[in-house]
Amino acid sequence: MLDKRMTAADIVGQLSDGMTIGIGGWGPRRKPMALVREILRSDLKDLTVVAYGGADVGMLCAAGKVKKLVFAFVSLDAIPLEPWFRKAREAGQIEVLELDEGMFQWGLKAAAFGLPFLPTRVGLGTDLAELGGLKTVQSPYADGETLVAMPALKLDVALIHANRSDWRGNVHLFGPDSYYDEWFAKAAAKTYVSCEELVDRMEDHYPDQAHFNIFERCFVSGVVEIPGGAHPSSMPPAYGWDMKAFKAYADAAREPGDWSAVADRFVGATEEAYLESIGGKEAVAALPLPIF
Amino acid sequence: MTEVSLAELCIFACSEAFRNNGEIIATGVGPVPRLAASLAKLTHSPELMMTDGEAYLVEQPVPLGPRKYDDRKAAGHLPFSRFFDAAVWTGRRHAMVTPTQLDRFGQINLSYLGGTYDKPKTQMLGVRGFPGNTIYHANSFFFPAHTARTFVPGEVDMVSGVGYNPAKRVAGGNYSGVDLRMIVTNLCVMDFGGKDNAIRVVSLHPGVTFEQVQEATGFPLEKGDLGETALPGKEALDIIASLDPHNIRASVIKDNPPARRA
Repeated sequence: MLDKRMTAADIVGQLSDGMTIGIGGWGPRRKPMALVREILRSDLKDLTVVAYGGADVGMLCAAGKVKKLVFAFVSLDAIPLEPWFRKAREAGQIEVLELDEGMFQWGLKAAAFGLPFLPTRVGLGTDLAELGGLKTVQSPYADGETLVAMPALKLDVALIHANRSDWRGNVHLFGPDSYYDEWFAKAAAKTYVSCEELVDRMEDHYPDQAHFNIFERCFVSGVVEIPGGAHPSSMPPAYGWDMKAFKAYADAAREPGDWSAVADRFVGATEEAYLESIGGKEAVAALPLPIF
Repeated sequence: MTEVSLAELCIFACSEAFRNNGEIIATGVGPVPRLAASLAKLTHSPELMMTDGEAYLVEQPVPLGPRKYDDRKAAGHLPFSRFFDAAVWTGRRHAMVTPTQLDRFGQINLSYLGGTYDKPKTQMLGVRGFPGNTIYHANSFFFPAHTARTFVPGEVDMVSGVGYNPAKRVAGGNYSGVDLRMIVTNLCVMDFGGKDNAIRVVSLHPGVTFEQVQEATGFPLEKGDLGETALPGKEALDIIASLDPHNIRASVIKDNPPARRA
Protein backbone atom coordinates (compact mmCIF):
# COMPACT_ATOMS: atom_id res chain seq x y z
CA MET A 1 0.00 0.00 0.00
CA LEU A 2 1.18 3.49 -0.84
CA ASP A 3 2.32 5.10 2.35
CA LYS A 4 2.69 8.89 2.10
CA ARG A 5 3.23 9.52 5.79
CA MET A 6 5.88 12.12 6.56
CA THR A 7 6.81 14.36 9.48
CA ALA A 8 6.35 18.13 9.30
CA ALA A 9 10.14 18.42 9.23
CA ASP A 10 10.31 15.95 6.29
CA ILE A 11 7.81 18.11 4.42
CA VAL A 12 9.69 21.34 5.02
CA GLY A 13 12.86 19.46 4.05
CA GLN A 14 11.32 19.06 0.58
CA LEU A 15 11.13 22.85 0.15
CA SER A 16 13.96 25.03 -1.06
CA ASP A 17 14.85 28.70 -1.22
CA GLY A 18 13.07 30.65 -3.94
CA MET A 19 10.14 28.21 -4.28
CA THR A 20 6.56 29.29 -4.98
CA ILE A 21 4.40 28.02 -2.13
CA GLY A 22 0.60 28.08 -2.11
CA ILE A 23 -1.09 28.03 1.28
CA GLY A 24 -4.70 26.83 1.52
CA GLY A 25 -7.43 28.20 3.78
CA TRP A 26 -8.86 31.72 3.84
CA GLY A 27 -7.87 34.59 6.16
CA PRO A 28 -8.16 33.21 9.72
CA ARG A 29 -9.70 29.89 8.59
CA ARG A 30 -8.32 26.42 7.79
CA LYS A 31 -4.68 27.48 7.59
CA PRO A 32 -1.95 24.82 7.74
CA MET A 33 -0.33 26.80 10.54
CA ALA A 34 1.74 23.92 11.98
CA LEU A 35 3.45 23.54 8.58
CA VAL A 36 3.88 27.32 8.39
CA ARG A 37 5.46 27.27 11.85
CA GLU A 38 7.80 24.51 10.64
CA ILE A 39 8.86 26.80 7.76
CA LEU A 40 9.40 29.57 10.31
CA ARG A 41 11.72 27.24 12.27
CA SER A 42 13.76 26.57 9.10
CA ASP A 43 16.36 28.57 7.16
CA LEU A 44 14.15 28.80 4.07
CA LYS A 45 14.10 32.19 2.37
CA ASP A 46 13.13 34.13 -0.77
CA LEU A 47 9.78 32.38 -1.02
CA THR A 48 6.95 33.43 -3.29
CA VAL A 49 3.82 32.95 -1.22
CA VAL A 50 0.41 32.58 -2.87
CA ALA A 51 -2.47 32.79 -0.40
CA TYR A 52 -5.85 34.14 0.62
CA GLY A 53 -3.86 35.56 3.48
CA GLY A 54 -4.16 35.51 7.22
CA ALA A 55 -1.56 35.08 9.96
CA ASP A 56 0.29 32.61 7.71
CA VAL A 57 1.22 35.50 5.43
CA GLY A 58 1.78 37.93 8.31
CA MET A 59 4.20 35.61 10.10
CA LEU A 60 6.15 34.65 6.97
CA CYS A 61 6.46 38.35 6.04
CA ALA A 62 7.49 39.30 9.59
CA ALA A 63 10.18 36.62 9.62
CA GLY A 64 11.63 37.86 6.32
CA LYS A 65 10.85 34.62 4.48
CA VAL A 66 8.85 36.28 1.69
CA LYS A 67 10.35 37.71 -1.48
CA LYS A 68 7.04 38.05 -3.26
CA LEU A 69 3.42 37.78 -2.21
CA VAL A 70 0.47 36.97 -4.47
CA PHE A 71 -2.69 38.04 -2.64
CA ALA A 72 -6.20 39.52 -2.79
CA PHE A 73 -6.36 40.40 0.90
CA VAL A 74 -4.57 39.65 4.13
CA SER A 75 -6.96 39.76 7.09
CA LEU A 76 -7.84 38.18 10.41
CA ASP A 77 -11.56 39.08 10.01
CA ALA A 78 -12.30 40.52 13.45
CA ILE A 79 -8.88 42.20 13.20
CA PRO A 80 -9.42 43.44 9.64
CA LEU A 81 -5.90 44.66 8.89
CA GLU A 82 -3.17 42.05 9.39
CA PRO A 83 -0.58 44.11 11.29
CA TRP A 84 2.62 42.22 10.41
CA PHE A 85 1.73 42.12 6.71
CA ARG A 86 1.02 45.83 6.94
CA LYS A 87 4.43 46.55 8.41
CA ALA A 88 6.18 44.57 5.68
CA ARG A 89 4.20 46.39 2.97
CA GLU A 90 4.70 49.86 4.41
CA ALA A 91 8.45 49.17 4.69
CA GLY A 92 8.49 48.22 0.99
CA GLN A 93 9.96 44.89 2.07
CA ILE A 94 8.13 42.56 -0.33
CA GLU A 95 7.24 42.41 -4.01
CA VAL A 96 3.55 41.88 -4.62
CA LEU A 97 1.05 40.76 -7.20
CA GLU A 98 -2.32 42.00 -5.98
CA LEU A 99 -5.31 40.17 -7.44
CA ASP A 100 -9.08 40.11 -7.12
CA GLU A 101 -10.31 37.09 -5.09
CA GLY A 102 -12.01 35.63 -8.13
CA MET A 103 -9.04 36.19 -10.47
CA PHE A 104 -6.88 34.46 -7.89
CA GLN A 105 -8.84 31.20 -8.02
CA TRP A 106 -9.01 31.55 -11.82
CA GLY A 107 -5.19 31.63 -11.87
CA LEU A 108 -5.08 28.48 -9.74
CA LYS A 109 -7.49 26.81 -12.17
CA ALA A 110 -5.35 27.82 -15.17
CA ALA A 111 -2.37 26.21 -13.44
CA ALA A 112 -4.39 23.10 -12.59
CA PHE A 113 -5.35 22.65 -16.24
CA GLY A 114 -1.85 23.37 -17.54
CA LEU A 115 -3.03 26.49 -19.38
CA PRO A 116 -0.90 29.64 -19.67
CA PHE A 117 -3.87 31.81 -18.69
CA LEU A 118 -7.65 31.96 -18.47
CA PRO A 119 -9.59 34.95 -19.79
CA THR A 120 -11.74 37.10 -17.52
CA ARG A 121 -13.45 40.47 -17.44
CA VAL A 122 -12.23 41.00 -13.90
CA GLY A 123 -9.54 43.63 -13.56
CA LEU A 124 -10.71 45.80 -16.46
CA GLY A 125 -11.50 49.34 -15.39
CA THR A 126 -9.30 49.11 -12.27
CA ASP A 127 -5.61 49.64 -11.52
CA LEU A 128 -4.99 45.91 -11.05
CA ALA A 129 -3.99 44.92 -14.55
CA GLU A 130 -1.59 47.80 -15.06
CA LEU A 131 0.03 47.55 -11.63
CA GLY A 132 0.31 43.78 -11.84
CA GLY A 133 1.59 43.73 -15.42
CA LEU A 134 -1.38 41.64 -16.55
CA LYS A 135 -1.96 41.56 -20.32
CA THR A 136 -5.19 41.45 -22.26
CA VAL A 137 -6.35 39.13 -25.04
CA GLN A 138 -9.00 39.61 -27.67
CA SER A 139 -11.73 37.06 -28.29
CA PRO A 140 -11.14 35.48 -31.73
CA TYR A 141 -14.92 35.16 -32.21
CA ALA A 142 -17.36 37.67 -33.62
CA ASP A 143 -17.76 39.52 -30.30
CA GLY A 144 -14.07 40.52 -30.33
CA GLU A 145 -14.22 41.22 -26.61
CA THR A 146 -11.06 42.38 -24.84
CA LEU A 147 -10.39 40.35 -21.71
CA VAL A 148 -7.71 40.17 -19.05
CA ALA A 149 -5.48 37.11 -19.48
CA MET A 150 -5.16 35.88 -15.91
CA PRO A 151 -1.83 34.03 -15.84
CA ALA A 152 -1.61 30.56 -14.33
CA LEU A 153 -0.55 30.63 -10.68
CA LYS A 154 1.74 27.64 -10.89
CA LEU A 155 2.86 26.43 -7.49
CA ASP A 156 5.92 24.36 -6.67
CA VAL A 157 4.23 23.23 -3.49
CA ALA A 158 0.82 23.62 -1.86
CA LEU A 159 0.29 23.25 1.89
CA ILE A 160 -3.18 22.32 3.12
CA HIS A 161 -4.72 21.43 6.45
CA ALA A 162 -7.45 18.78 6.04
CA ASN A 163 -9.94 17.33 8.49
CA ARG A 164 -8.70 13.82 7.86
CA SER A 165 -6.60 11.70 5.56
CA ASP A 166 -5.40 8.15 5.23
CA TRP A 167 -1.83 7.01 4.66
CA ARG A 168 -2.33 7.05 0.89
CA GLY A 169 -3.53 10.65 0.80
CA ASN A 170 -7.27 10.05 0.54
CA VAL A 171 -8.33 13.29 2.19
CA HIS A 172 -11.64 14.37 3.66
CA LEU A 173 -12.36 18.10 3.90
CA PHE A 174 -15.53 19.14 5.65
CA GLY A 175 -16.95 22.05 7.61
CA PRO A 176 -19.11 24.69 5.93
CA ASP A 177 -16.53 25.81 3.36
CA SER A 178 -13.30 24.36 2.02
CA TYR A 179 -12.48 27.58 0.10
CA TYR A 180 -10.01 26.92 -2.74
CA ASP A 181 -7.97 24.11 -1.15
CA GLU A 182 -8.91 21.80 -4.01
CA TRP A 183 -7.44 24.18 -6.56
CA PHE A 184 -4.29 24.89 -4.57
CA ALA A 185 -3.73 21.11 -4.57
CA LYS A 186 -4.27 20.83 -8.32
CA ALA A 187 -2.20 23.93 -9.16
CA ALA A 188 0.87 22.56 -7.36
CA ALA A 189 3.60 20.19 -8.51
CA LYS A 190 3.46 18.71 -5.01
CA THR A 191 0.89 19.07 -2.27
CA TYR A 192 1.53 18.29 1.37
CA VAL A 193 -1.39 17.82 3.71
CA SER A 194 -1.47 18.08 7.47
CA CYS A 195 -4.64 16.74 9.04
CA GLU A 196 -6.57 16.56 12.28
CA GLU A 197 -6.93 12.79 12.00
CA LEU A 198 -4.87 10.23 10.11
CA VAL A 199 -6.17 6.70 9.50
CA ASP A 200 -4.59 3.72 7.75
CA ARG A 201 -7.34 2.95 5.24
CA MET A 202 -10.10 5.51 4.75
CA GLU A 203 -12.53 2.86 3.43
CA ASP A 204 -12.25 0.89 6.67
CA HIS A 205 -13.14 3.91 8.80
CA TYR A 206 -15.39 6.33 6.91
CA PRO A 207 -16.77 4.49 3.86
CA ASP A 208 -19.99 6.54 3.92
CA GLN A 209 -18.25 9.92 3.74
CA ALA A 210 -16.36 9.66 0.47
CA HIS A 211 -18.11 12.81 -0.83
CA PHE A 212 -15.79 14.75 1.50
CA ASN A 213 -12.88 13.65 -0.72
CA ILE A 214 -12.86 16.94 -2.65
CA PHE A 215 -9.53 16.26 -4.36
CA GLU A 216 -8.05 12.92 -5.23
CA ARG A 217 -4.94 11.28 -3.80
CA CYS A 218 -2.95 11.69 -7.03
CA PHE A 219 -2.70 15.34 -5.96
CA VAL A 220 -1.23 14.49 -2.56
CA SER A 221 2.49 13.85 -2.11
CA GLY A 222 2.70 13.62 1.66
CA VAL A 223 0.52 13.57 4.76
CA VAL A 224 1.11 14.21 8.44
CA GLU A 225 -1.26 14.06 11.38
CA ILE A 226 -1.18 17.27 13.44
CA PRO A 227 -4.28 17.70 15.62
CA GLY A 228 -4.70 21.41 16.32
CA GLY A 229 -2.49 22.09 13.32
CA ALA A 230 -4.60 25.02 12.11
CA HIS A 231 -4.29 26.93 15.41
CA PRO A 232 -4.76 29.89 15.81
CA SER A 233 -6.94 29.74 12.69
CA SER A 234 -10.26 27.87 12.74
CA MET A 235 -10.82 24.29 11.61
CA PRO A 236 -14.55 23.65 11.63
CA PRO A 237 -16.14 21.53 12.88
CA ALA A 238 -13.22 20.59 15.15
CA TYR A 239 -12.49 24.04 16.61
CA GLY A 240 -12.93 27.77 16.10
CA TRP A 241 -10.26 30.42 15.77
CA ASP A 242 -8.35 31.62 18.81
CA MET A 243 -9.16 35.33 18.81
CA LYS A 244 -7.20 35.84 22.04
CA ALA A 245 -4.10 34.44 20.38
CA PHE A 246 -4.70 36.55 17.24
CA LYS A 247 -5.07 39.63 19.42
CA ALA A 248 -1.82 38.94 21.29
CA TYR A 249 -0.12 38.41 17.92
CA ALA A 250 -1.58 41.66 16.54
CA ASP A 251 -0.65 43.59 19.70
CA ALA A 252 2.93 42.34 19.41
CA ALA A 253 3.19 44.06 16.02
CA ARG A 254 2.83 47.39 17.84
CA GLU A 255 4.73 46.52 21.00
CA PRO A 256 7.53 45.43 20.78
CA GLY A 257 7.01 45.42 17.01
CA ASP A 258 10.06 43.25 16.45
CA TRP A 259 9.34 39.71 15.23
CA SER A 260 12.61 38.22 16.49
CA ALA A 261 11.66 39.28 20.03
CA VAL A 262 8.29 37.49 19.90
CA ALA A 263 8.75 34.67 17.37
CA ASP A 264 9.27 32.16 20.13
CA ARG A 265 5.81 32.91 21.55
CA PHE A 266 4.03 32.46 18.23
CA VAL A 267 6.16 29.73 16.66
CA GLY A 268 7.90 27.82 19.48
CA ALA A 269 11.09 25.80 19.29
CA THR A 270 9.06 22.73 18.32
CA GLU A 271 5.39 22.10 17.54
CA GLU A 272 5.08 20.20 20.84
CA ALA A 273 6.47 23.21 22.72
CA TYR A 274 4.09 25.52 20.85
CA LEU A 275 1.06 23.35 21.62
CA GLU A 276 2.07 23.10 25.26
CA SER A 277 2.43 26.88 25.49
CA ILE A 278 -1.20 27.34 24.43
CA GLY A 279 -2.57 24.68 26.76
CA GLY A 280 -2.25 21.57 24.62
CA LYS A 281 -4.42 20.15 21.87
CA GLU A 282 -7.31 19.85 24.33
CA ALA A 283 -7.33 23.65 24.67
CA VAL A 284 -7.44 23.96 20.88
CA ALA A 285 -10.24 21.42 20.61
CA ALA A 286 -12.23 23.44 23.16
CA LEU A 287 -12.15 26.67 21.10
CA PRO A 288 -15.77 27.44 20.17
CA LEU A 289 -16.79 27.83 16.54
CA PRO A 290 -17.29 31.49 15.62
CA ILE A 291 -20.81 32.88 15.24
CA PHE A 292 -21.49 35.36 12.48
CA MET B 1 -41.57 56.16 21.86
CA THR B 2 -37.82 56.72 21.63
CA GLU B 3 -36.60 59.00 18.91
CA VAL B 4 -35.57 57.44 15.58
CA SER B 5 -31.78 57.41 15.30
CA LEU B 6 -29.80 58.48 12.26
CA ALA B 7 -28.45 54.93 12.01
CA GLU B 8 -32.02 53.59 11.81
CA LEU B 9 -32.88 56.17 9.14
CA CYS B 10 -29.82 55.00 7.18
CA ILE B 11 -30.76 51.33 7.52
CA PHE B 12 -34.25 52.14 6.23
CA ALA B 13 -32.83 54.19 3.33
CA CYS B 14 -30.27 51.49 2.46
CA SER B 15 -32.97 48.82 2.43
CA GLU B 16 -34.56 50.62 -0.55
CA ALA B 17 -31.49 49.73 -2.61
CA PHE B 18 -32.60 46.09 -2.46
CA ARG B 19 -36.18 46.68 -3.67
CA ASN B 20 -37.16 44.95 -6.91
CA ASN B 21 -33.78 43.27 -7.29
CA GLY B 22 -35.29 39.84 -7.94
CA GLU B 23 -33.82 36.54 -6.79
CA ILE B 24 -30.27 37.61 -6.18
CA ILE B 25 -27.83 37.40 -3.29
CA ALA B 26 -28.15 40.55 -1.18
CA THR B 27 -24.86 41.09 0.64
CA GLY B 28 -24.61 43.82 3.25
CA VAL B 29 -21.12 44.15 4.69
CA GLY B 30 -21.09 45.90 8.07
CA PRO B 31 -23.98 46.40 10.52
CA VAL B 32 -26.01 49.02 8.62
CA PRO B 33 -25.85 47.36 5.16
CA ARG B 34 -26.51 43.93 6.66
CA LEU B 35 -29.51 45.15 8.65
CA ALA B 36 -30.73 46.95 5.51
CA ALA B 37 -30.62 43.81 3.36
CA SER B 38 -32.33 41.84 6.12
CA LEU B 39 -35.02 44.50 6.54
CA ALA B 40 -35.63 44.49 2.78
CA LYS B 41 -36.07 40.72 2.80
CA LEU B 42 -38.46 40.82 5.75
CA THR B 43 -40.59 43.61 4.27
CA HIS B 44 -40.83 44.52 0.59
CA SER B 45 -38.50 41.95 -1.04
CA PRO B 46 -38.88 38.42 0.36
CA GLU B 47 -37.43 37.00 -2.87
CA LEU B 48 -33.95 38.19 -1.88
CA MET B 49 -31.38 35.54 -1.02
CA MET B 50 -28.75 35.99 1.66
CA THR B 51 -26.14 34.12 3.63
CA ASP B 52 -25.72 33.69 7.35
CA GLY B 53 -22.44 35.65 7.05
CA GLU B 54 -20.59 32.43 6.39
CA ALA B 55 -21.44 29.68 3.93
CA TYR B 56 -25.15 28.92 4.27
CA LEU B 57 -28.14 30.55 2.63
CA VAL B 58 -30.88 31.49 5.06
CA GLU B 59 -34.51 32.47 4.47
CA GLN B 60 -34.77 34.02 7.94
CA PRO B 61 -32.11 36.78 8.18
CA VAL B 62 -29.59 36.18 10.94
CA PRO B 63 -29.53 38.80 13.73
CA LEU B 64 -26.31 40.63 14.61
CA GLY B 65 -24.18 39.74 17.59
CA PRO B 66 -23.81 36.84 20.01
CA ARG B 67 -26.54 34.22 20.16
CA LYS B 68 -26.97 30.51 20.11
CA TYR B 69 -25.12 29.00 17.17
CA ASP B 70 -28.03 26.72 16.41
CA ASP B 71 -30.29 29.69 15.72
CA ARG B 72 -29.16 29.65 12.11
CA LYS B 73 -31.38 27.61 9.84
CA ALA B 74 -29.76 26.80 6.52
CA ALA B 75 -31.98 26.59 3.45
CA GLY B 76 -29.11 26.42 0.99
CA HIS B 77 -25.36 26.31 0.68
CA LEU B 78 -23.20 29.01 -0.88
CA PRO B 79 -19.60 28.53 0.23
CA PHE B 80 -16.77 30.72 -1.06
CA SER B 81 -15.64 27.72 -3.08
CA ARG B 82 -18.73 28.31 -5.28
CA PHE B 83 -19.19 32.04 -4.80
CA PHE B 84 -17.75 33.27 -8.07
CA ASP B 85 -19.49 30.66 -10.23
CA ALA B 86 -22.84 31.05 -8.48
CA ALA B 87 -23.19 34.65 -7.41
CA VAL B 88 -20.53 37.07 -8.58
CA TRP B 89 -19.61 36.09 -12.13
CA THR B 90 -23.23 35.36 -13.04
CA GLY B 91 -24.29 38.83 -11.90
CA ARG B 92 -26.77 37.41 -9.37
CA ARG B 93 -25.75 39.64 -6.50
CA HIS B 94 -26.09 43.14 -5.11
CA ALA B 95 -23.46 44.09 -2.54
CA MET B 96 -23.53 47.09 -0.23
CA VAL B 97 -20.11 47.90 1.16
CA THR B 98 -18.04 50.68 2.75
CA PRO B 99 -14.84 51.34 0.82
CA THR B 100 -12.16 53.65 2.22
CA GLN B 101 -12.39 56.10 -0.69
CA LEU B 102 -14.85 56.84 -3.50
CA ASP B 103 -14.34 59.39 -6.28
CA ARG B 104 -16.60 61.31 -8.70
CA PHE B 105 -16.56 58.37 -11.14
CA GLY B 106 -17.71 55.91 -8.48
CA GLN B 107 -14.28 54.33 -8.45
CA ILE B 108 -13.54 52.86 -5.03
CA ASN B 109 -10.42 52.00 -3.05
CA LEU B 110 -9.74 49.67 -0.17
CA SER B 111 -6.22 48.57 -1.07
CA TYR B 112 -3.83 51.26 0.10
CA LEU B 113 -3.57 55.01 0.76
CA GLY B 114 -0.65 57.10 -0.46
CA GLY B 115 2.79 55.91 -1.49
CA THR B 116 3.15 53.36 -4.28
CA TYR B 117 2.13 49.81 -5.17
CA ASP B 118 5.55 48.62 -3.98
CA LYS B 119 5.64 50.75 -0.86
CA PRO B 120 2.24 52.03 0.21
CA LYS B 121 2.06 54.67 2.90
CA THR B 122 -0.91 52.94 4.53
CA GLN B 123 -1.69 49.35 3.61
CA MET B 124 -5.34 48.39 3.95
CA LEU B 125 -7.14 45.14 3.19
CA GLY B 126 -6.27 44.59 -0.45
CA VAL B 127 -8.72 44.78 -3.34
CA ARG B 128 -10.59 41.68 -2.11
CA GLY B 129 -13.37 40.89 -4.60
CA PHE B 130 -14.11 44.50 -5.61
CA PRO B 131 -12.73 44.37 -9.18
CA GLY B 132 -14.96 41.38 -9.93
CA ASN B 133 -17.98 42.63 -7.99
CA THR B 134 -18.01 45.95 -9.78
CA ILE B 135 -17.71 44.58 -13.33
CA TYR B 136 -20.30 41.85 -12.81
CA HIS B 137 -23.08 42.89 -10.45
CA ALA B 138 -24.90 45.74 -8.73
CA ASN B 139 -23.14 47.62 -5.94
CA SER B 140 -24.25 50.24 -3.44
CA PHE B 141 -22.38 51.99 -0.69
CA PHE B 142 -22.88 53.14 2.88
CA PHE B 143 -20.62 55.67 4.60
CA PRO B 144 -21.17 56.50 8.29
CA ALA B 145 -19.08 59.69 8.01
CA HIS B 146 -19.51 61.79 4.88
CA THR B 147 -16.23 63.71 4.45
CA ALA B 148 -13.92 64.83 1.65
CA ARG B 149 -11.41 62.26 2.91
CA THR B 150 -13.83 59.56 1.80
CA PHE B 151 -15.43 61.37 -1.16
CA VAL B 152 -12.07 62.38 -2.52
CA PRO B 153 -11.17 65.08 -5.04
CA GLY B 154 -9.48 63.77 -8.19
CA GLU B 155 -9.36 59.98 -8.22
CA VAL B 156 -8.98 57.35 -5.51
CA ASP B 157 -5.40 56.31 -4.69
CA MET B 158 -5.78 52.76 -6.03
CA VAL B 159 -8.72 51.98 -8.28
CA SER B 160 -10.01 48.74 -6.69
CA GLY B 161 -13.49 48.85 -8.20
CA VAL B 162 -14.73 49.80 -11.66
CA GLY B 163 -16.49 53.13 -11.98
CA TYR B 164 -17.73 55.29 -14.83
CA ASN B 165 -14.35 56.80 -15.71
CA PRO B 166 -13.97 56.69 -19.52
CA ALA B 167 -10.19 57.07 -19.24
CA LYS B 168 -9.99 53.77 -17.32
CA ARG B 169 -11.96 51.75 -19.81
CA VAL B 170 -9.71 49.54 -21.93
CA ALA B 171 -11.11 49.57 -25.47
CA GLY B 172 -13.11 46.48 -26.41
CA GLY B 173 -13.90 45.51 -22.82
CA ASN B 174 -17.46 44.65 -21.84
CA TYR B 175 -18.63 47.01 -19.12
CA SER B 176 -22.34 46.24 -19.45
CA GLY B 177 -22.35 44.71 -15.95
CA VAL B 178 -21.13 47.87 -14.24
CA ASP B 179 -24.10 48.94 -12.15
CA LEU B 180 -23.47 51.37 -9.30
CA ARG B 181 -26.78 52.05 -7.61
CA MET B 182 -27.05 53.99 -4.38
CA ILE B 183 -24.86 55.80 -1.85
CA VAL B 184 -26.25 56.37 1.62
CA THR B 185 -24.28 58.48 4.09
CA ASN B 186 -24.92 60.12 7.45
CA LEU B 187 -26.02 63.22 5.48
CA CYS B 188 -27.96 62.12 2.42
CA VAL B 189 -28.89 59.59 -0.24
CA MET B 190 -27.17 59.81 -3.63
CA ASP B 191 -27.25 57.87 -6.88
CA PHE B 192 -25.37 57.82 -10.18
CA GLY B 193 -28.20 59.38 -12.16
CA GLY B 194 -26.45 62.64 -13.10
CA LYS B 195 -24.93 63.51 -16.47
CA ASP B 196 -22.70 60.63 -17.66
CA ASN B 197 -23.44 58.78 -14.41
CA ALA B 198 -22.33 61.69 -12.24
CA ILE B 199 -23.17 61.40 -8.56
CA ARG B 200 -26.32 63.25 -7.63
CA VAL B 201 -27.97 63.94 -4.30
CA VAL B 202 -31.50 62.56 -4.37
CA SER B 203 -32.62 63.12 -0.80
CA LEU B 204 -31.32 64.97 2.24
CA HIS B 205 -31.64 63.57 5.73
CA PRO B 206 -33.90 65.72 7.95
CA GLY B 207 -32.21 69.01 8.86
CA VAL B 208 -29.34 68.67 6.35
CA THR B 209 -28.83 71.14 3.49
CA PHE B 210 -27.37 70.49 0.04
CA GLU B 211 -24.63 72.99 0.84
CA GLN B 212 -23.58 70.98 3.88
CA VAL B 213 -23.33 67.85 1.74
CA GLN B 214 -21.37 69.65 -0.97
CA GLU B 215 -19.05 71.10 1.66
CA ALA B 216 -18.24 67.59 2.90
CA THR B 217 -17.55 66.23 -0.60
CA GLY B 218 -14.31 66.52 -2.57
CA PHE B 219 -16.01 66.93 -5.96
CA PRO B 220 -19.06 68.77 -7.34
CA LEU B 221 -22.39 67.03 -6.80
CA GLU B 222 -25.48 67.24 -8.94
CA LYS B 223 -28.88 68.05 -7.46
CA GLY B 224 -31.76 65.64 -7.85
CA ASP B 225 -35.28 66.31 -6.60
CA LEU B 226 -33.89 66.73 -3.09
CA GLY B 227 -36.78 65.47 -1.02
CA GLU B 228 -36.33 64.61 2.63
CA THR B 229 -35.13 61.05 3.32
CA ALA B 230 -38.08 59.05 4.67
CA LEU B 231 -38.14 58.03 8.33
CA PRO B 232 -38.76 54.38 9.14
CA GLY B 233 -42.19 53.59 10.60
CA LYS B 234 -42.96 51.42 13.60
CA GLU B 235 -42.96 48.16 11.65
CA ALA B 236 -39.49 48.79 10.20
CA LEU B 237 -38.13 49.97 13.57
CA ASP B 238 -39.44 46.85 15.32
CA ILE B 239 -37.84 44.60 12.69
CA ILE B 240 -34.53 46.49 12.95
CA ALA B 241 -34.60 46.11 16.75
CA SER B 242 -35.31 42.40 16.50
CA LEU B 243 -32.41 41.92 14.05
CA ASP B 244 -30.04 43.92 16.24
CA PRO B 245 -30.85 42.94 19.83
CA HIS B 246 -27.50 44.20 21.14
CA ASN B 247 -28.02 47.64 19.55
CA ILE B 248 -24.81 47.43 17.55
CA ARG B 249 -26.34 50.03 15.22
CA ALA B 250 -25.88 52.64 17.96
CA SER B 251 -22.11 52.42 17.54
CA VAL B 252 -22.02 52.96 13.76
CA ILE B 253 -22.38 56.75 13.51
CA LYS B 254 -20.37 58.98 15.86
CA ASP B 255 -22.36 59.85 19.02
CA ASN B 256 -25.41 57.96 17.66
CA PRO B 257 -27.35 61.14 16.79
CA PRO B 258 -31.11 61.32 16.17
CA ALA B 259 -32.42 61.13 12.59
CA ARG B 260 -33.27 64.83 12.56
CA ARG B 261 -30.22 67.02 12.73
CA ALA B 262 -30.55 69.80 15.35
